[in-house]
Amino acid sequence: MQAFLDIFDIYLLETVINGILFGGVLALLALGLNLIFGVIDVTWICYAELIMIGMYGMYYLVHVYGVPYWAAAPMCILLVAGMGALLHFLVIAPLLSSPPINQLLATGGVLFFLQSFATVAFGVEFHNIGIQLPVLRLGEMNFSYARLLSFAAALIGMVAVYVFMKRTYVGTAIRAIAQDRQIMALMGVDTRRIYLITSALGGGLAGLAACLLVLLYDVHPFIGLSIGPITFLICVLGGLGNFIGGFVAAFVFAEIISLGGMFSDLEWGYVLAFGFFIVMMFIRPAGLLSRRS
Amino acid sequence: MLTLKSVDAGYGSFQALFGVDLEVKAGEAVGVIGPNGAGKTTLMRVISGLIRPRKGSIAMQGTDVLATPAHRIVSLGIAHVPENRRLFPRLTVEDNLKMGAFMPEARRHHDERLAFVFDLFPRMKERRHQLAGTMSGGEQQMCAIGRALMSDPKLLLLDEPSAGLAPVVVQQVFELVKRIRAGGLTVLIVEQNVQQVLRVVDRAYLLEAGTIRGSGTAAEMLQSDTIKQAYLGV
Repeated sequence: MQAFLDIFDIYLLETVINGILFGGVLALLALGLNLIFGVIDVTWICYAELIMIGMYGMYYLVHVYGVPYWAAAPMCILLVAGMGALLHFLVIAPLLSSPPINQLLATGGVLFFLQSFATVAFGVEFHNIGIQLPVLRLGEMNFSYARLLSFAAALIGMVAVYVFMKRTYVGTAIRAIAQDRQIMALMGVDTRRIYLITSALGGGLAGLAACLLVLLYDVHPFIGLSIGPITFLICVLGGLGNFIGGFVAAFVFAEIISLGGMFSDLEWGYVLAFGFFIVMMFIRPAGLLSRRS
Repeated sequence: MLTLKSVDAGYGSFQALFGVDLEVKAGEAVGVIGPNGAGKTTLMRVISGLIRPRKGSIAMQGTDVLATPAHRIVSLGIAHVPENRRLFPRLTVEDNLKMGAFMPEARRHHDERLAFVFDLFPRMKERRHQLAGTMSGGEQQMCAIGRALMSDPKLLLLDEPSAGLAPVVVQQVFELVKRIRAGGLTVLIVEQNVQQVLRVVDRAYLLEAGTIRGSGTAAEMLQSDTIKQAYLGV
C-alpha cells in the first residue's frame, strides 16, 4: 500500500507538472486570439489555421531545406505575422463596420480556404519535423525537453508581449483603443495602423505557437481542428478579450486534461475539460474573471 | 489662429450646424454658449476632426484642417478635451497622460510635459498609478485636461468641462482654465454654465439650433437682454 502511494504521488506530481507545461502553450495560443478580439473586436475563426501554415513553414524550412531550427523559428514568426497583417488588410478591414456575423463568416471562409490550400499544396500526409529532443529524468519522473522548451518559449513570448504593452506608446495605444475607439484620433493615433500592428502581433504569436507545436505534434492540413476549438474555449472561459482570464483558464484547462488523462485515457481528459466548460458557461457565462458591470 | 467659415455639419440625415462662422485669435479665450442640443459638441468635433463638415472651411494658422487626416490634427496644435472627459478608465493616470503625448513630436518632450502637468495638478502626481476610472469627477476632469496639455497644444478645446461636477469643483475647474490661459494658451470653451464661463473668457458666441445667433465681448454678453433672460435667469 505504501509503495503504491509513493508511486501514485510521483505520477500525480509528474502529471501536474506536465499540465503546467501544457498550460503555458495553451496560454500562448489564447493570448494571440484574445489580443485580436480585445483590440479589434473581431474573432479570427481561422486563427488555428494560421498556426497550421506556420507549422508547415517550419516543416519545410527545417526538414526539407535543412535550415537550423533556431534560424527557421524567427522566419516562421515573421511569416505568420505577415499573414496576420494581410488577413486584417484584405478581410477584416473592409468588414470592420459590418455585423459581427459577417466577420465571423468571412474568417470562417479563410479557415476553409487555408485548409483546402494546405491539402492541395502539401498533401494530406502527416509530416514530422524530425527533431527528436531527449527526455529529462528527475527521479521517477519523465519530462520531454520539447514540452519544457515550448513552455519556456511560450512564457518568454508572453512576457515580451506584456512588456511591449506596458512600456511602449504603441502598446499603450493598443490597450487604450479597446476602451474608447472614437477618441483615438484626438490622441493622434491612427486606429487603422494600430489594428494592423495588433494583427501582425497576433499573427506573430500564432507563428511562435507554430514553432513550438511543431516540436510536439505532426503537421497535417486539419491540425487546426484540434488546436482551434480548445483555444476558443479557453478564451471564452477566461472572458473573451480578457488577457489574464485567458491565462488562468489555459492552466485550468491544461490541468483538467492532464489529470483527467492520468486516471483514464487522454481523450477522457478532453471530455472532462469540455464538460467543465459547459458547466462554467452556466455558472459564469462572462468568463472566470468577468468584471461585474 | 482658428477660422471657421460657413460650416455645415451633422450626423446622417440630421443637420446640427448651419453656416457657422467663428474665429479665435491667438492668446484669446473664447466661449461658445447655448442650450442643450444647440450643436456645441458638434462644433468641437468638427474642429478636431472627429466628424467632417459637409460644407465650409476650417483653417488653423493658415493650414487647411479639412485636408488634414483626423489623427494629424492634434499635430497642428489643436487639443480637444471631449465631453464627459472620455478618459481610458482602465488605464492608469500616467498611461492616460502618456496617450496625450502619442504623436512623435510630443513623445520627445514627454518628460517635460509630464512635469508641467504634474506641476499644474499635483493631485495627478499623487494618483499617477491609479486607474483613471476610479477617480472622482473633478480629478478625472483634471486628468482629461492634463492629457490634452501633454501634446503641448496652441489651442485647447474644452467641451463642457463643468458638466456633472459638484458646484465647488466647477469653481476649481474654471479657476484652472484661468491659470491655463495665463500661461499663454488659446482656449475655445463650450459651456452651458453661462454665468461661470463668461467670467473667464474674453469673447463669446451664442449658438442656438445650430446657428450663431450673436457674439460679443464677455461684458457685452453679460449685459445682453436675450442672454440675461434665457441663460442667466435675471
